[in-house]
Amino acid sequence: MADFETPELFKNIHVPKPVPGTMESVGPFIAKPDHQTDLGFPAELVDNWEEKAIDAMGVAVTKYRGLRVFLDACVKCGSCTDKCHYYIGSSDPKNMPVARQDLFRSVYRKYHTPAGKFLSKLGLEWLIGAKSMTKDVLDDWWNYYHQCSECRRCSVYCPYGIDTAEITMAARDVMAQVGRGMKYNNEIIGKVYKIGNNLGLPERALADTLEGLEEDIEDETGVKVELPLDRKGVDILLVTPSADFFAEPHVDGLMGYAKVFHESGVSWTLSSKASEAANFGLFIGSYDNMRKISLRIREAAIDLGVKRIVYGECGHAWRVGYSFLNTLAGPFDFLDQNYPIPQHICEFTHDLIQKDKLKFDPSENDWMTLTFHDSCNVARASRMGDKPGGQFTIPRDIIKTVCNNYVDMAPETIGEGTFCCGGGGGLLTDDLMPVRVKGALPRMTALTNVVQDEGVTHMAAICAICKSQFTKVLPYYNLGMDMIVSVHQLVSSALILTSRDDEEDESEAAPAESSTE
Amino acid sequence: MSTFIALLFWFASAVIILGLAFKIRQYWVTPAPLKIPTTPAPTTRTGVIYRMAKEVVVFESLFKSNKWIWVFGWMFHISLALVLARHLRYFQEQPWFWVNIIQPFGKYAAFTMVIGLLGLLARRFVVARVRYISAPSDYLMLIMLVFIGISGLMMQLVVRPDIIAIKEYFLSWMGFSIGDLTFSTPLIIHLLLVALLMIVFPFSKLLHAPGIFFSPTRNQVDNPREKRHLSKWAAALETDNNKD
Repeated sequence: MADFETPELFKNIHVPKPVPGTMESVGPFIAKPDHQTDLGFPAELVDNWEEKAIDAMGVAVTKYRGLRVFLDACVKCGSCTDKCHYYIGSSDPKNMPVARQDLFRSVYRKYHTPAGKFLSKLGLEWLIGAKSMTKDVLDDWWNYYHQCSECRRCSVYCPYGIDTAEITMAARDVMAQVGRGMKYNNEIIGKVYKIGNNLGLPERALADTLEGLEEDIEDETGVKVELPLDRKGVDILLVTPSADFFAEPHVDGLMGYAKVFHESGVSWTLSSKASEAANFGLFIGSYDNMRKISLRIREAAIDLGVKRIVYGECGHAWRVGYSFLNTLAGPFDFLDQNYPIPQHICEFTHDLIQKDKLKFDPSENDWMTLTFHDSCNVARASRMGDKPGGQFTIPRDIIKTVCNNYVDMAPETIGEGTFCCGGGGGLLTDDLMPVRVKGALPRMTALTNVVQDEGVTHMAAICAICKSQFTKVLPYYNLGMDMIVSVHQLVSSALILTSRDDEEDESEAAPAESSTE
Repeated sequence: MSTFIALLFWFASAVIILGLAFKIRQYWVTPAPLKIPTTPAPTTRTGVIYRMAKEVVVFESLFKSNKWIWVFGWMFHISLALVLARHLRYFQEQPWFWVNIIQPFGKYAAFTMVIGLLGLLARRFVVARVRYISAPSDYLMLIMLVFIGISGLMMQLVVRPDIIAIKEYFLSWMGFSIGDLTFSTPLIIHLLLVALLMIVFPFSKLLHAPGIFFSPTRNQVDNPREKRHLSKWAAALETDNNKD
């Protein structure tokens, strides 16, 4: 990894002048042959990759209307140029959304538009910025399409709604199809296929972990709260990012879900087959892989005979769950239609709060002053509740119910305008550390301001990637790595647990009876 | 010259009509396999129509994004709409009543149109970020529109052409016959550039005009949980697995 400097923190978010080439690099590690073939891609860069890539682009624009329209419609107005956190943090003009799109668009124009074909014959393709598919172009794609977290902030501000994420996904997919895949993402997808989750945590280890967590909760609270695995015939299947099983602060969130389920009285289970909510098929723009990963959840729900599916705190998983699951793995006519399919854990908890079914002692969280980081995939690519914008109000309502001290960051940095953590979209790998640290700059700016002005001590999030990314990058900006917390960690601290007395009496009574015999 | 202009405009009209028809059909038949509205998004079709109307009429997203581009861009587009409407009188024996009403406004709109265009052009030169992303065609497109506007203004202010004669010429052109017209220099420039604009329209970024209506991030209803969205090619991938 090359040395890099943490960008300077300004008082307000500062849009830099473009400095070409600042983020030129060899890009992330390239997938090994096995990582490629596991996913159905060629092991390494194929011989006639230029031709194959051009063909794959041609196919992509016939399969995805969005891609075609986005490539045709951009007028280069420049309104997106100051919106990307990677541009703000790096000054590299190829990180301006439109310039990033143009890496793909220039090739599309040359080979797949009448204007490009015609002008190329006259040697005038430069007039419209059309370019040939060359090794230099591929290298630029490789580097700069892995400096995009597919966060969609640019799409909010584009007058035509052009979504760079769609173009990044298409470019990554084209590269994978010609044998240039990304190690981090593809290796992880391979683990999901072979073991069931991103971390490669086998069933036995998972069962042990959950048992350990049950003991932790009982030690701490004196109440027995279950975290069941593969229990058949229960109401709810919980799918959650595997980071929740042991990473900090994720695992505190998982204990929070368990406590909420416990208090709600509904029965639930995790699944060893679908022990992962994350779906990195989204990041690499592969419909087939995204679908294959989604179908595990369907199969698990059928096998376990559950009535409902609930998702844990994970941003892109919630996008795939909320927006795509019905398409990819539906129809879910075998589930209880009285509940949203799938439902977010925040919707679940919020609903119980509305019905006054949970008792809290928010003073448990009084030692903290909270703010909330809207995760990009939740904010701009999904919803919670019945109304547009529920994805902003529901998590905040929960936090305000369980915490007394809450303040928002600057309005232009939250809600639909939220800044990515810098590690989303499949970039959460050590070989991209410079990109991740620079991309975090706008969020760190907004956070530092509320820390200094409002005394904020902690930032809550509902995304496993955000949590991991912040843990790693906060220290670069002189903030504590433990500032980042899970929303359900806050719920967990404030929730007043009731022991299931009647059940425990029965279970204790039974052996007692037998002993008297 | 009368013959050349008539032929050119028949050609240009065919290109823009057929070209746009082809592109609109292409957008229409290309599936959007996944629900990707930029959220928060409307949950009903009516809501989507309202969202789209705001985008098309007042450039809502652009307004959120950048006030300078919005001011110049909106000024240009709304002026262009007025100017185009004003030109309808050349193609109608008896113009609609509202075409008559807007005549004086259309006159001033020519100025605001050119001002808007010059503002956008200035941004391309002055703002380093925008300069970086501009290809030669991006400058040429604006310059072409500026010259269309200025040549039009010239006729309004300096060399007033015989409006009645132009109207007669285009009315007969619409009936596929070639009339006779004397062309001043501004008129020639004006017409040649308008024909060029019509010809490049379906092959260039001007496709943003039909494109926005097909943009899935703006035209999709946010109801993926309530209603299963399945495109044709995605449905073909379905196996028994999904139907269990």
